Amino acid sequence: MITAEEEAETLLELGSSVMERAVEAGADVAEVGVHSGSHLSVKVRMGKPELVEEAGSRALGLRVMVGQRVASTYTSDLSESGQRSLIEDALELARLSEADPFAGPPDASDLSSKSQWKDLDTFDEAVSGISADEALHRALEGERAAFDFDPRIRNSEGASFTRARGMSALVTSGGFVGSDFGTYASIVVNPVADDEGGKKRSGYHWSAARHYADLEESRAVGEEAARRTVAQLGSRKLPTQELPVVFDRDAARSILGLFAGCVLGGSVWRKSSYLVDRVGTRVASDLVDIVDDPLLPRAPGSRAFDGEGLLSRRNVVVESGVLKNYLMDTYSARKLRLKSTGSASRSPSGGISASSSNLILKASTRSRDEVIADTEHGLYVTGMMGFGFNAVTGDFSRGASGFLIEDGKLSHPVSEVTISLNLDQILQRIDAVANDLDQRTAIASPTFRVSSMTLAGS
Amino acid sequence: MTARYHAPFAAQGSHSIDADIANRLLMVALSQGGDYADLFFEYSVSGSYVYDEQILKSAQRAVSMGLGVRVMKGDATGYAYCEDFSLDVMKHAADTAARIAAGGQPVAPIKVSIRDTPSRYPVSLESLDVDGEAKKAILERADRAARASEPRVIRVDASFAESVREILIANSLGHMARDRQPLIRFGVRVIAEEDGNRQSGSSGGGGRLGLEYFEDRTPEWHAEQAVQQALVMLDAREAPAGEMDVVLAPGDSGILLHEAVGHGLEADFNRKKTSNYTDQLGQRVASELCTVVDDASLRGSRGSINVDDEGQLPSRSVLIEAGVLRGYMQDLHSAEFFKTSPDGHGRRQSFRSHPMPRMTNTMLLGGTDAPEDVIRSVTRGVYAKKFGGGQVDISNGDFVFSLTEGYLIEDGKVTAPLKGVNLIGNGPESMRKVVMLGHDFEVSDGIWTCGKEGQSVPVGVGCPTIKIASMTVGGTQMAGR
Repeated sequence: MITAEEEAETLLELGSSVMERAVEAGADVAEVGVHSGSHLSVKVRMGKPELVEEAGSRALGLRVMVGQRVASTYTSDLSESGQRSLIEDALELARLSEADPFAGPPDASDLSSKSQWKDLDTFDEAVSGISADEALHRALEGERAAFDFDPRIRNSEGASFTRARGMSALVTSGGFVGSDFGTYASIVVNPVADDEGGKKRSGYHWSAARHYADLEESRAVGEEAARRTVAQLGSRKLPTQELPVVFDRDAARSILGLFAGCVLGGSVWRKSSYLVDRVGTRVASDLVDIVDDPLLPRAPGSRAFDGEGLLSRRNVVVESGVLKNYLMDTYSARKLRLKSTGSASRSPSGGISASSSNLILKASTRSRDEVIADTEHGLYVTGMMGFGFNAVTGDFSRGASGFLIEDGKLSHPVSEVTISLNLDQILQRIDAVANDLDQRTAIASPTFRVSSMTLAGS
Repeated sequence: MTARYHAPFAAQGSHSIDADIANRLLMVALSQGGDYADLFFEYSVSGSYVYDEQILKSAQRAVSMGLGVRVMKGDATGYAYCEDFSLDVMKHAADTAARIAAGGQPVAPIKVSIRDTPSRYPVSLESLDVDGEAKKAILERADRAARASEPRVIRVDASFAESVREILIANSLGHMARDRQPLIRFGVRVIAEEDGNRQSGSSGGGGRLGLEYFEDRTPEWHAEQAVQQALVMLDAREAPAGEMDVVLAPGDSGILLHEAVGHGLEADFNRKKTSNYTDQLGQRVASELCTVVDDASLRGSRGSINVDDEGQLPSRSVLIEAGVLRGYMQDLHSAEFFKTSPDGHGRRQSFRSHPMPRMTNTMLLGGTDAPEDVIRSVTRGVYAKKFGGGQVDISNGDFVFSLTEGYLIEDGKVTAPLKGVNLIGNGPESMRKVVMLGHDFEVSDGIWTCGKEGQSVPVGVGCPTIKIASMTVGGTQMAGR
């Protein structure tokens, strides 16, 4: 197998060549992203292999400017004719676009270079070495553990194991040259149990890591998946009421994800966020601190430089409930008359927008159980459904499932209810934060409690 | 046809694939003893244009192509793909996929021959072959119309997306089929502001059509819809919370059918017995007013296809007839399990993905009630006009939908607009509570994309005005306040 360094060198050469050709063909600015990746993905069900998938791929993305006019193209056809169309189409489309005075690459003096980049330890050779047999074994072990855990688990949507490695290179006519690589391994187990009235309850649990050694044991994942599945048996609605809501870390992360979309520069200048003009004001209770940190070692959203070549940095988004910064790329920063926060993300097809990296709501010192014990009557939410969020207004209403909390203890499971409250109010009403943060996801939150929300049920 | 973009594997292409090459690759795929193999060649080109702040701000185009090889042995699938049509690379992919059956005896496939397919896309000139200026002009018209109509509109953006997907399928059953699937999608979004209150509105549509789509549905018409929605929402009040009657508007509300019923009728979940419709064929699963079909043959609809991604020929599948469950949606694998004929529901996002049972255009057929009588019959409830999207838990049928436009119904009249409305319920339970159906069946304009196991495919939906007796409405206003 070729090493990551050799592969990166190949991608950089291809990127430089396409960039130079685009400039020769008439582009005033040319930026080329080259991606390559390979993966193995297996799925088992009811103790038997169901899928073994293995493949690799490569693609080129080109973004050009002719004057102030912007266009981008993408191709997975790396042949000479494929590259030629990529460049010709980009220039043709740029001539169709209209001049955008705010468009343009970052100042050359803001670009980062290799000596400044931190090693974020996102690549593990051991991940690339996982064989199909080993992957199947891990998945089978996870599913088996779910069946062994509880006799009420009698069916399964299966268990999957995936390993992947990806490389990317960015070469720009502004003088940036950089490459990045990472690996990823994950396991998910999805058991099914029969409930009353012919209903079935499906639950899951998963683990994912950049390094193979950090991946949770298959048995532990399977057992947790089974625990979550059988816990839902006998779920019922609750009467419509207002009550405190405790979001477990999966549900809390989902709430934080909605907030993340609203602090991005692109949402703000487009006025598609309820957080327009809110920097310096209270957007959450004083228990809430949120940072975006691309420099965490081995984390899923880590990046040494951003999609425009700027050095990545830790940004404080919310401090003691007060909004400190939006997350911006060069374009949205210009629109907002601010400076880029090094938060640009470049899609494989060439578009650039601001994105969060590892967006984290800071953990406190209280345990999750203490937060529940401190709640006399409330709803503990473990899952949410639907897309009921309006970023422009912050209105939030989604389906929820979880457990009733009675006298500080989890009581019967609950499903088929919705919970509603404007997101601005949700964050301002956070009156307890727990300490159970994990690093499986790029957007991460510990369990937190919202003092009161409307639950719609029977 | 003088299309600018052509697949390399097409008859005149640089890497033309004929029955002979297909047979040779299938031999490799079955060399380890697989029961079945297929080849899925795909070449897709897509373009998008974004009109924002009164300029065409960006234009994009993407080309993606490759071959996916699938080999099946019992319930196990081996899958591999490549992005290069040279014979050695394709053979390597076939060899990788073949390994799922390791240790078996080579099997000879049946020699493939090309299948006749219908023609369901009324496109005279593919959008990708039309000069870019024409698309820019359409977006400009939408922008101008939205701005001119109303001073409270503070932002407008409009977008146009076009694609063509050329596919060639060959399988070891001897089927070989080609298709070229055009698709367009237009959308306009506005934000209106009044006294610091901001609301958005949007409208869009499209299908397997050319730019003549805009002759019926003009950019100005869509702009007007989007502006009206945003203005209505400026006056919206908090939605009620609790159980009440719900009336669904025709067309778009079909998305509720898609989520609440459609997914549970995909045969893979029933083969695995993980759907709440498992083992219920022939049983009553909905009110007798309900007949639900999945129809791939609608001319020009977003969900329509001439051939599925396994080389099978879809038509119109009756899923529920007068409330009784008649059939599931099958792909090749599930059809073999259920000992029925495959009905053309095997679809995949791209050559990078294996096929599974998917919907095409899912519709609840019309009834006999006048739509105004349906509304008049409700004392207190919600009128659901436009949906933002929904989700279902297939194992038990629980679903959630969010409305982008909804109204209160009071004493038989549609009254105040509502914000942040969610509808939550259970598929089979809600279908049993369908008590009235309008005679105003409509197919939704083409905007819907369905996601399943990480794969997205374009779909269509349709329905008449529907009354559901009692559903949970997830708002913030408690009853009696």
